[in-house]
Amino acid sequence: MRKYLIQRFSFGILSLVAATLIVFVLSRATGDPLLLYAKPGGYGMSPEQIAALTEKLALDKPLIVQYLIWLGRTVTGDLGNTLLAEQPVLDVIKMKIGATFQLGLVAWIVATAVGIPLGVLSAVKRGSVWDYIGRIFALFGQATPVFFIGILGILFFAVNLGWLDAAGRPTQEPFFPAQFKSLIMPTVALAWLPAASYLRITRSAMLEVLDSEYIKLARAKGVSQRAVIWRHALRNALIPPITVSALILVGFLEGSVVVEAVYAWPGIGRMAVESIHNNDFPLLTGIILMFAVLYVLGSFLADIAYTIVDPRIRY
Amino acid sequence: MNSNINVTNSPALVEVSLRSKIFYVIRRWPVIPILILSIMVFIAVFAPLISPMGPKEINLRGRAAPPIWEKEWYDANPKNEITYLLGADHVGRDVLTRMFYGARISLAVAVISLTAGVVIGSAIGLVSGYYGGFIDEFSMRAVDVWNALPFLLIAILAAVTFGQEVWIVMVLLALVAWAGNVRNVRAEVLTLKTRDYVALAKIAGASDFRILMRHIFPGVVNTIVVLATLRVGGLILAEASLSFLGAGIPAQTPTWGNMISEGREWLSTAWWIAMFPGIAILLVVMSVNFFGDWLRDRWDPRLRQLS
Repeated sequence: MRKYLIQRFSFGILSLVAATLIVFVLSRATGDPLLLYAKPGGYGMSPEQIAALTEKLALDKPLIVQYLIWLGRTVTGDLGNTLLAEQPVLDVIKMKIGATFQLGLVAWIVATAVGIPLGVLSAVKRGSVWDYIGRIFALFGQATPVFFIGILGILFFAVNLGWLDAAGRPTQEPFFPAQFKSLIMPTVALAWLPAASYLRITRSAMLEVLDSEYIKLARAKGVSQRAVIWRHALRNALIPPITVSALILVGFLEGSVVVEAVYAWPGIGRMAVESIHNNDFPLLTGIILMFAVLYVLGSFLADIAYTIVDPRIRY
Repeated sequence: MNSNINVTNSPALVEVSLRSKIFYVIRRWPVIPILILSIMVFIAVFAPLISPMGPKEINLRGRAAPPIWEKEWYDANPKNEITYLLGADHVGRDVLTRMFYGARISLAVAVISLTAGVVIGSAIGLVSGYYGGFIDEFSMRAVDVWNALPFLLIAILAAVTFGQEVWIVMVLLALVAWAGNVRNVRAEVLTLKTRDYVALAKIAGASDFRILMRHIFPGVVNTIVVLATLRVGGLILAEASLSFLGAGIPAQTPTWGNMISEGREWLSTAWWIAMFPGIAILLVVMSVNFFGDWLRDRWDPRLRQLS
């Protein structure tokens, strides 16, 4: 176990370095970041200013040295300043992360609360109406692009019916009803696909368990249908969905990039896209680092969850 | 004799059995998904021949013309001479035509990037499973590291860095596709290489390459095909998402993702611009997924845990 943890930790670090290095090199290849301050054809900057900025951002050094400088600072907890607003990257991320976490957590809860029960139901009542509802739900969830769900939602609920706002996050207003209403559509758009995955995983796991010998034995003993399902089958059938749930939670980060663009949700995903277009490389690298850290943590948690819910697994 | 004639002549019986036969076939074989997919492929191949207009042909009199069934608009705008089957966008380009051309790009991007990704991923899986040791360790860790990358953001960044071109999107999607195959193919190879016939081939003096290609590869082909089919849908969705975010195929090119992205601005006045391409994506991805599920249940039920 201990060896496994150490190994796991070191490869996690390796992932982080790989992710940030790729982004760092790519974003520096985009063009001169100083153009952010002085657009060509504008008033421009004096040679002294350019020299000072180049010195400050270490732009004259080779790329790999620049990356190492960044890495060294990051280890001490200093992610540098954003180019555009000259604020500490960490502060900017902290400011925006709340909106994304709120959306991701709500979507996670909704996806779990819809997907797993529907999966159990469609396995237990195989071939019934519930099974078909579940199957159609999953088919659409896995085939509809997230942004198309978003656009359909806006078309029907905001444009045609006028029930919900098309975009934005009214933080000034009280949580209920204004903020709650603004959460509904992004949540549905974000949660549908994971709910469909939950459903399919739970359904196939449940079917497999219900087909096993110990369930047949329990039935032969005369255990009631309810007890068979709740006490005997469900516990084992929940192993696969529980282990993917950490990964699904982390997956919302990436999903948020699209959903936040559709609904103008002021979170980290939208800011990441903006920072790419602005060539604000310290901010972008910081965000990517955060994404990668959360992914590594999430997949680690998934493995730990595996050993807890399924004692047969040992590392 | 007489009774036989009576049975076959009884219309109710014949009808019912035919109907149930059709249902039986539809339930057992993925008839509808294959039909939809073949129509889409046909459209993609013959787009220039069957399109009513050119994909970039504009007609300012037909700006935001609704689909053909909204007769009032066409009566109120007699100067517009073109009747649009599925409406027109904000400069009077035919939505249907652009969807036909979009099918070309969406399907071509998905198929090419999938093929590249599957070939690379399967090759790595085969080699690392067969040789084991350092190669195996290295490639499995590479897959782990790769999976931790936030792909969407890196793809947007790459599009900004290298410019928006179709082949760049293909490369990016191939980079997404390869990692998923390695683990499953490797696991399969690990069991296959312990078989007696592999040992016998080795004793007979077959080279590693020959063993891999002639004795192990045929055993994993099913897995590879099933995995590939299950991935197509995801790739089409990824391409559409990239185009939607303005980081995929260049904006003037008609792709389904681009059309939805454009149509978003005209949602309240011209819903058809975004709606029909969205439905096209939905249909194709659904059919591919359905077909993939069917193939998996038939060829490789062990992959059922893969969602």
